[in-house]
Amino acid sequence: MKELICIVCPKGCHLQVDEEHDYTVTGNSCPRGAEYGKAELTHPTRVVTSTVRCEGGAYPRCPVKTNGPIPKGEIFAAMALLDDITLTAPVRVGQVVVENVRDTGVDFVATRNM
Amino acid sequence: MYDLIVIGGGPAGLAGACAAWEAGLRRILIVERDKELGGILNQCIHNGFGLHYFKEELTGPEYAGRFIEMLRDTGVEVRLDTMVLEVTDHRKVHMVGKDTGYRIEEARSILLAMGCRERTRGAIAIPGTRPAGIFTAGAAQRYVNMEGWLPGRRVVILGSGDIGLIMARRMTLEGAKVLACVEVMPYSGGLNRNIVQCLHDYDIPLYLSHTVTDIRGVDRVEQVVVSQVNDRRQPIPGTEMVFDCDTLLLSVGLIPENELTRQAGINIDPRTNGAVVWENMETSLPGVFASGNVAHVHDLVDFVTAESQRAGKAAARYVLEGEGETDFALEIVNGDGVSYTVPQHIRPGRVEKACDLFFRVNRVCGPSRIKVTSNGAQIAAFSRDYLAPGEMEHILLPRKLLDGASGTLTVSIEEVEAK
Amino acid sequence: MYDVLIIGCGIVGAATAFELSKYQLRVGIVERENDVANGTTKANSAIIHAGYDPVPGSLMARLNVRGSALARELCAQLDVPYLACGSLVLGFSPEDNAHLEELYRRGVQNGVPGLALLTGDQARDLEPNLSPAVTAALHAPSAAICSPWEYCLALAETAVRNGAQLHLETAVTGLTPAEDGWRVETSRGVLEARYVVNAAGLDTQAVHEMAAPPAFTIHPSRGQYFLLDKSEGGRVGRVIFQCPNENGKGVLVAPTVHGNLIVGPNAEPVEGDDTATTSSGLAFVRETALRSVPSVEFRTSIRNFAGVRAVADTGDFIIQEAAPHFLDLAGICSPGLSAAPAIGEYAVELLGQAGLALERKADFTASRKRVRFRELPPEEKAKLAAEHPAYGRVICRCETVTEGEILDALASPIPPRSVDGVKRRAGAGLGRCQGGFCGPRVVELLAREQKRSPGDIPQDKAGSWLLACETKGGAR
Repeated sequence: MKELICIVCPKGCHLQVDEEHDYTVTGNSCPRGAEYGKAELTHPTRVVTSTVRCEGGAYPRCPVKTNGPIPKGEIFAAMALLDDITLTAPVRVGQVVVENVRDTGVDFVATRNM
Repeated sequence: MYDLIVIGGGPAGLAGACAAWEAGLRRILIVERDKELGGILNQCIHNGFGLHYFKEELTGPEYAGRFIEMLRDTGVEVRLDTMVLEVTDHRKVHMVGKDTGYRIEEARSILLAMGCRERTRGAIAIPGTRPAGIFTAGAAQRYVNMEGWLPGRRVVILGSGDIGLIMARRMTLEGAKVLACVEVMPYSGGLNRNIVQCLHDYDIPLYLSHTVTDIRGVDRVEQVVVSQVNDRRQPIPGTEMVFDCDTLLLSVGLIPENELTRQAGINIDPRTNGAVVWENMETSLPGVFASGNVAHVHDLVDFVTAESQRAGKAAARYVLEGEGETDFALEIVNGDGVSYTVPQHIRPGRVEKACDLFFRVNRVCGPSRIKVTSNGAQIAAFSRDYLAPGEMEHILLPRKLLDGASGTLTVSIEEVEAK
Repeated sequence: MYDVLIIGCGIVGAATAFELSKYQLRVGIVERENDVANGTTKANSAIIHAGYDPVPGSLMARLNVRGSALARELCAQLDVPYLACGSLVLGFSPEDNAHLEELYRRGVQNGVPGLALLTGDQARDLEPNLSPAVTAALHAPSAAICSPWEYCLALAETAVRNGAQLHLETAVTGLTPAEDGWRVETSRGVLEARYVVNAAGLDTQAVHEMAAPPAFTIHPSRGQYFLLDKSEGGRVGRVIFQCPNENGKGVLVAPTVHGNLIVGPNAEPVEGDDTATTSSGLAFVRETALRSVPSVEFRTSIRNFAGVRAVADTGDFIIQEAAPHFLDLAGICSPGLSAAPAIGEYAVELLGQAGLALERKADFTASRKRVRFRELPPEEKAKLAAEHPAYGRVICRCETVTEGEILDALASPIPPRSVDGVKRRAGAGLGRCQGGFCGPRVVELLAREQKRSPGDIPQDKAGSWLLACETKGGAR
């Protein structure tokens, strides 16, 4: 039995995950908690938020995020991809900044208009 | 003459202005001191916003962006890069801006939505030298996320407020080494999810019941000393740990920014550091409303939005329908375990179906009952599995119950034996 | 070749430079730090003392009373925040009362105007928040408060405007007698001067010993302070002192010219320039101050700091020609800020006696004016913002400091090189958020106007770097 704190929403439920019985989750208050509990022990993932250089905007950086979760082990490699990118304003929210990050099928997208 | 002047274009001001427009006001002005709308959300590039309101997980800029889009469909006027200097009698708002100069605008109603600021080193009197490298977490966040500069390479964080936790992860991702997060209380001040995804994910230790007892370094921070504290929060000699670092981030609390409010003569609640408000977020000055972090510090922007929509709607009602009757008012008393409530007073006659009541507890509680009593008689009770000072609580008091009460309402916490 | 080279640009060096710049002389000032007023001058009680404290007949007594009188005129002339608020020394016991009477006698002897001994009730009539335990007080209406760093800046800027040359980030490493004066070795090369003035504050002993045999010892004495929010600024209207007793010199509670409340200092010997605060020192200050004014709300603290005073073992200021053409201005501890302009005058008098030719300049300009947007009435705010839009853009929200005022500071005779340099000149960052909000914007303005990278802008002194590197790979 493994104890986890759910990070799906700000509630932070205390989950118990039974590794021996197909990762059955208890302590969750919603189905997403059950999903999280299982995923966290089998293939943990995170959404990564960061910035990239941006020229011609109000600020020298434009915020970005992965538009879906990526494996935890790929976070730093994904971050490194952003180092060499420079956007030029105008940038639209949702605009793809890096396609298919580390072959995860997930993109880095801009999270604001610049 | 404006129907409503909203002071502050962050999440509170945006939601308040939109709600007032929807409720029928047409001459609305938002005054924002920064060069763009969105307030602090613009630097909160992490996700986790909007789960309640939009039912999806957004980053700060995206959340702000949604409201800025909504505002675009209204005729709400916006003045950017403009600072309100003073609010004087008859709701005259004095402001100055680079493009518009010094103006005095009059309004039928005002929404105070100035947000909050961070507590500093001086407020908590950390001893030691005064080198560069001591930043509030929010100032560091602005440097990293908006200006594109990393303020240090080896970092200790004092306080486990959410901004500090978020910055621990953010600076780690940008290549800094975060050595420790130190919290004077025996529990974290931030959300549990942030402890997991910002500290645990990156093996950053959290020292509860510890504090920074010395800062060393002449020009730039060179070391900080961390000591364990006893149950009176006094450092215990002999427990010192020395961290070699160049940066100390402070995430030690937020203070509603109420200088304009005080100047205008509005009553302030020393417990919230915000204005004393009625059930509709109206302050002691008729027609002047306050919502969001200027009224009390929130954990979640979704609640700021909801509260500000109520305030915006109430401002519209004030302008369109006048002051309204007050048959009687209830004063909310903080009972055992409760450190503050918002609102502080309720006029049952002005409550539509039910009144939202927000509060914080002053200690961590297991399974508990939130009791609401009036004249010794319990009028409502709500159960919770877990309560913590870091998490704002919310209950809904139906109008029917309020009508039956008189004098004061006491909100208190009663821990129940866990089964 | 300078006629006079002053070592150190704190309040004493600046006052001397100001005085010398009235004459047809080549005046140089070397300052180790990247700004003036960066030692004892920026960290003290900010009081212009009336002058009842020093022993009659001492240099301290004479120069304090004279200096305080000059300060009133100078601060008006040079647009330095100054408020003649008066002071009270409190007595709590018969021993204290005897001490107050002694101070009264000294004050009369020193020529301090308007002194009066009050009962406890009379004192509370003036200051309702005083403790009920106060039994007597000495009222000195001529005591005042000022902005010490702006005072120093104003004197130094005026000297520079009148031709003095300021060498910042220039440390003196050696002094050698030369045929016509001194060779002054510095971290930036050799300077020559006919006369040298030692105004090096805590380092006056070291500088003295470069030029002359040891003659005195400086014992650095540290004092710790609280600065409280403006919400506490009205707690007292005057400077409230205590009588010294077996527990120490007593702690003062005073308004500041910026509208805050200052509380401190303690007094403790330290090694060198150790301006750290300690929890025991701050606790002492807090507890001692509450004896005078029990209602002070310490939870409104916005900053703690410590300053180190250069106390000489002689018990008086040391102002004398220590070697030919080498003048010491040493041991200038409290009341040094009050005495400074009189020290400057006296230094020039001694240099004259040592042979320096003193010919007045015809075109000396001794006026200075700066915009303080926050203090203007609405009509003037409107006019200024309409004429110069930069005054319409507020950078520091706590103190209402505009971009225009920061640009003025950047264009002043001694432009700031750091974020704190801007704070000392324009006031941005002095307030309750302590630069949390305006810091990044001040960095942006400094970078833009001085064409520097944000990464090269220090918080304060040269080594106090603020930003490590750019994001997006800078740290990797």
